[in-house]
Amino acid sequence: MKTKKQNYSKLSRLLSLFFLLLSIVWLMPIFEVLMNSFKENAFVNLNPFALPNSESFVGFANYIKGMTFGNYPFVKSVCYSLFITVVSVFLILLFCSMSAWYIARVDSLLSKSFYYLCLFSMIVPFQMVMFTLTFTADKLKLNTPYTIPIVYLGFGAGLAIFMFLGFVKGLPLEIEEAAAIDGCGPVRTFFMVVLPMLKPTLISVGILELMWVWNDYLLPYLVLDRTKYMTIPIHVQYLKGSYGSVDLGATMAVIMLSIIPIILVYMFCQKHIIKGVAAGAVKG
Amino acid sequence: MAKSKQNVNPVQRPIRKFAPIFILPTFAAFLIGFVWPFIQGIYLSFCKFNTPKDAKWVGISNYLKVFSDAGFLNAFKNTAAFAVVSIILINVIAFMIAYALTQKIRGANLFRTVFFMPNLIGGVVLGYIWSMIFDGILKRYGTYLTANGTYGFWGLVILVAWQQIGYMMIIYIAGLQAISEDMMEAAKIDGANGTQTLFKVVIPNVMPAITTCTFLTLTNSFKMFDQNMALTGGLPSIMQNGAKVNVTELLALNIYSTYNINKNWHGVAQAKAVVFFILVAVLAIAQQAATRSKEVEQ
Repeated sequence: MKTKKQNYSKLSRLLSLFFLLLSIVWLMPIFEVLMNSFKENAFVNLNPFALPNSESFVGFANYIKGMTFGNYPFVKSVCYSLFITVVSVFLILLFCSMSAWYIARVDSLLSKSFYYLCLFSMIVPFQMVMFTLTFTADKLKLNTPYTIPIVYLGFGAGLAIFMFLGFVKGLPLEIEEAAAIDGCGPVRTFFMVVLPMLKPTLISVGILELMWVWNDYLLPYLVLDRTKYMTIPIHVQYLKGSYGSVDLGATMAVIMLSIIPIILVYMFCQKHIIKGVAAGAVKG
Repeated sequence: MAKSKQNVNPVQRPIRKFAPIFILPTFAAFLIGFVWPFIQGIYLSFCKFNTPKDAKWVGISNYLKVFSDAGFLNAFKNTAAFAVVSIILINVIAFMIAYALTQKIRGANLFRTVFFMPNLIGGVVLGYIWSMIFDGILKRYGTYLTANGTYGFWGLVILVAWQQIGYMMIIYIAGLQAISEDMMEAAKIDGANGTQTLFKVVIPNVMPAITTCTFLTLTNSFKMFDQNMALTGGLPSIMQNGAKVNVTELLALNIYSTYNINKNWHGVAQAKAVVFFILVAVLAIAQQAATRSKEVEQ
């Protein structure tokens, strides 16, 4: 590659220039938030498109204020969001990969009916079950950040199992048979033999579920006890509802803080994200 | 999997005994998180209820109310219009970008990264960001985003285009890269010009990607909730035949607000949810059918 000098045509240079400009335009909304997060409240309202100047620039004061202001500091929502996301994704990856393996290997009524139910659940929009799910979650005390991952496991199982199954079905049976003949029980076979082979799918499914749970608004909003617990999207919507009465600069800082982690993750595993997202395209 | 092979297989039989470990946790959560709420949802759509305990069977009267509700009909029209506009806009732009980026151009990977980025941001945050931008722009003309239904509609179109173009672009790029070099070369040798190559070779070969993306944008538009709620919340509202109608409300938000605003309409909201489910399910099944038939042609 190094010896071959890339020859770009004139048209291609023009296209590059065009896309460079378009990219800048594309990033403007994010830049807009970043810029306003360094301005004092009054100046955000006055002209949201002006760059920070010596008068309006407040440094990182908005970030500190944003994390701590009000009687429900944002940092609390961040912690709940982190906890819920990590635990839910972990549960989904572990239990759904186990179930998918069972369904693929055992030909019974239970595994068949579970499989068809999973397929069916993929075409059901959340609105169909949201009110009744709230009742069930309240009754079973699943309305806290510590128990809501069970709800995520239940509602997310369909797609996750479907994606795992697609991969498990392609695994050669001989390896598992060899393990069994060597005296390896099903549990050890799964964790020592099957799970390592599932790694690429674990990453794709994991990223997909991560983005879903982290950004999800309606499920936690309906299920959680709202007076006690908020997640980041719930908190952002809450701040928007009190437009004008809250510090806009601080809110912009808070929004920036909720975007940054996900952009960092994107930077580090872009390839997997794009693959995972495309794989999730099957959900109706 | 043949039955005879199953019985002698050393892997299958022991696993059965481990069903409680492998399948039960997920199955139990699935019953709680999906199966039971779904069944109860169907049942409650035929009831007048506040909580499931005080549910009273009312037959199809909830459904009759759904189809005579001005708010729901308005939301349906909105959703259909929104779907048509966003399908065309998103797919045309995404395809053009994908087509250009698969030509030899410098920085193609960087541009791809940038265009995909808005996809990572949650709908609520997107709504907040764009409502600030639109309000900032409209303020110069002495107005604001929720002053007028047209602003809200096109605002949502712009927001969703910004969010989803990158996603569809990825699918189109994958489709375009799968076209064999030989075929392109053959077209060139046969003297096809750029336009002919595009319409006679490229587009027919990326038809599966076009089908996927069209249906994706369609189902996404039908299920749109977060962005709609966070951008305008359905505002402004007007009075129409004595009923309050939220002008920029889409179906999913309408279901939600029906439930929250009127305690006596919980059953109607659930009936709307069932109608909504049937709509989305039909679209999803049609997508599967269309994708399958394309695969056969190939």
